[in-house]
Amino acid sequence: MTTTTAPTTPPTPTKATAAIVGSGNIGTDLLYKLLRSEHVEPRWMIGVDPDSEGLARARRSGLEASHEGVDWLLAQDEKPDIVFEATSAYVHRANAPRYAELGIKAVDLTPAAVGPAVVPPANLREHLDKPNVNMITCGGQATIPMVYAVSRVVPVAYAEIVASVASVSAGPGTRANIDEFTRTTARGIETIGGAARGKAIIILNPAEPPVIMRDTVFCAIPEDADRAAVAASVKEIAEQVAAYVPGYRLRTEPQFDDPSPENGGMARVAIFLEVEGAGDYLPPYAGNLDIMTAAATRVGEEFAKAVLATRA
Amino acid sequence: MPYSDTLDIRITDSSLRDGSHAKRHQFTGEDVRSVVAALDGAGVPVIEVTHGDGLGGSSFNYGFSRTPEQELITIAVNTARQARIAFLMLPGLGVKDDIRAAHDNGAGICRIATHCTEADIAVQHFGLARERGLETVGFLMMAHSTTPEKLARQARIMADAGCQCVYVVDSAGAMVMDDVTDRVQALVAELGDDAQVGFHGHENLALGTGNSIAAVRAGALQIDGSTRRLGAGAGNTAVEALVAVCAKMGIRTGIDVLKIIDAAEDVVRPVMDDECRLDRLALLMGHAGVYSSFLKHAYRQAERYGVSGAEILLRAGERRLVGGQEDQLIDIAVELAAQN
Repeated sequence: MTTTTAPTTPPTPTKATAAIVGSGNIGTDLLYKLLRSEHVEPRWMIGVDPDSEGLARARRSGLEASHEGVDWLLAQDEKPDIVFEATSAYVHRANAPRYAELGIKAVDLTPAAVGPAVVPPANLREHLDKPNVNMITCGGQATIPMVYAVSRVVPVAYAEIVASVASVSAGPGTRANIDEFTRTTARGIETIGGAARGKAIIILNPAEPPVIMRDTVFCAIPEDADRAAVAASVKEIAEQVAAYVPGYRLRTEPQFDDPSPENGGMARVAIFLEVEGAGDYLPPYAGNLDIMTAAATRVGEEFAKAVLATRA
Repeated sequence: MPYSDTLDIRITDSSLRDGSHAKRHQFTGEDVRSVVAALDGAGVPVIEVTHGDGLGGSSFNYGFSRTPEQELITIAVNTARQARIAFLMLPGLGVKDDIRAAHDNGAGICRIATHCTEADIAVQHFGLARERGLETVGFLMMAHSTTPEKLARQARIMADAGCQCVYVVDSAGAMVMDDVTDRVQALVAELGDDAQVGFHGHENLALGTGNSIAAVRAGALQIDGSTRRLGAGAGNTAVEALVAVCAKMGIRTGIDVLKIIDAAEDVVRPVMDDECRLDRLALLMGHAGVYSSFLKHAYRQAERYGVSGAEILLRAGERRLVGGQEDQLIDIAVELAAQN
């Protein structure tokens, strides 16, 4: 539903401009995804390390890159329409008010949670007018769409997700704050996924070669739930996610189980997922990182359409 | 150097934690009360009580607890007269609030487990436990799957984070005596006076007691077992056997041999659904290096999907699954069913 390409007004830009703040693994992978976007033009990349490989790659790709931090970016005459923040929660909390003051929309890939959490197929439309949105966690981006897929068909009293990622794809930030991952993801399962109660589990697997991200989503469902309708909804949403994360796949048909003592007396559906990355900058096994940058790109594109629509 | 003036080693009984797997997490308050009373009366110094997968383990993935674990911990604390109550937690599954709750309920020893190469995810939890005055133990799980040198480096991370005793944990029951000796020695050399070393064994290769003695000879001061082997896989090192062996060897455990033998037969066995035995699947786990807690799940999925439990476990080994990935056993069972 793009209504922004008005052929009668040629000067109107067809892409919103963007800056990537943070030139590490996530920022650099995001760069390649944004370079392919039809709606977002990455123009600036900001880091703090002059020797950053990400900044060098950005320059080679035609962006203006600086290691002088966000001060440099905000001192430029031309400001970006959208900022993608791939730094840390601490840094984003400091930067967020400055972006807001200048009317720059922020897509936050850190755990700062300044703005509302978004998962594209579930609630992005509700937040397109917000100045700042947060991408939750990799496990959340992978699993919350499935909880949403079930809860839009039947009530979900409880949902639980298990995210297994390759050890080498879990950076020091995740490792030092693993409770933050489980709590933030569990909250997203409830507020966005639509489960009355949520639980998240993350497992790091050191196998070599590194394992592709796997996610399992368990939802408690009523005993008399229309299982065919649940399964159809799951497949439909999985296709919607796969539209922006091509490596997002259901590994099996959704599995339904009758109540049992081990299942706490609840009937359940179990959904098995695999997330293979696009291999833009990060290796394909790191689907957990890819789904963050892919979802952020998706959010940025919707922001861009909204920004361009106001100018048309 | 002995563990203390009166003990050469300190034994922790895990039948009310690792045994939770064998019971499919269906312990009642009365089970815990009777077992704690019997073990406490026999002189067991530490009794671990938690869901088999640690605090917060009650879930679809691991099985829901019949009785909330914090309630079981409280019952254990109120029942024990001399024994201290320990609990287990796995970062990524449990959270710091779970530790706070267990401590508030009177448990005194916080045992934090990670896969043997991932110790750094536990740093914040050790910090909290020490801050609160809890005694700390670190669990390096699936320790057979990495080298003694790498294991020692991970033990150092735990010790630096505030862990007072790092365990070599043979979660798959896959180690033979030399494997245990090499790993315990490596940890003792690395940790020196900074932290003690412990060993947690399983019976999947029928080596629980032998491996535990190897660990003691290599310098381990804390050893885990489960009375009547009530545990995961083929069960844990039998506390009553270990105590009897130690008595013959002059290793002081503080546990009364005859009383623990009686407790195993008269109190723990009646709580069990069945003996923990070294059957085909359990032996395969030791052979293939598969996480012992997968056993009951493999049986369950084999029955649910009409496939071979042995095949499930072997494929789990091939996929190099680590503790906590029980969900993947369903994925494997579905895959096997599709191939049949």
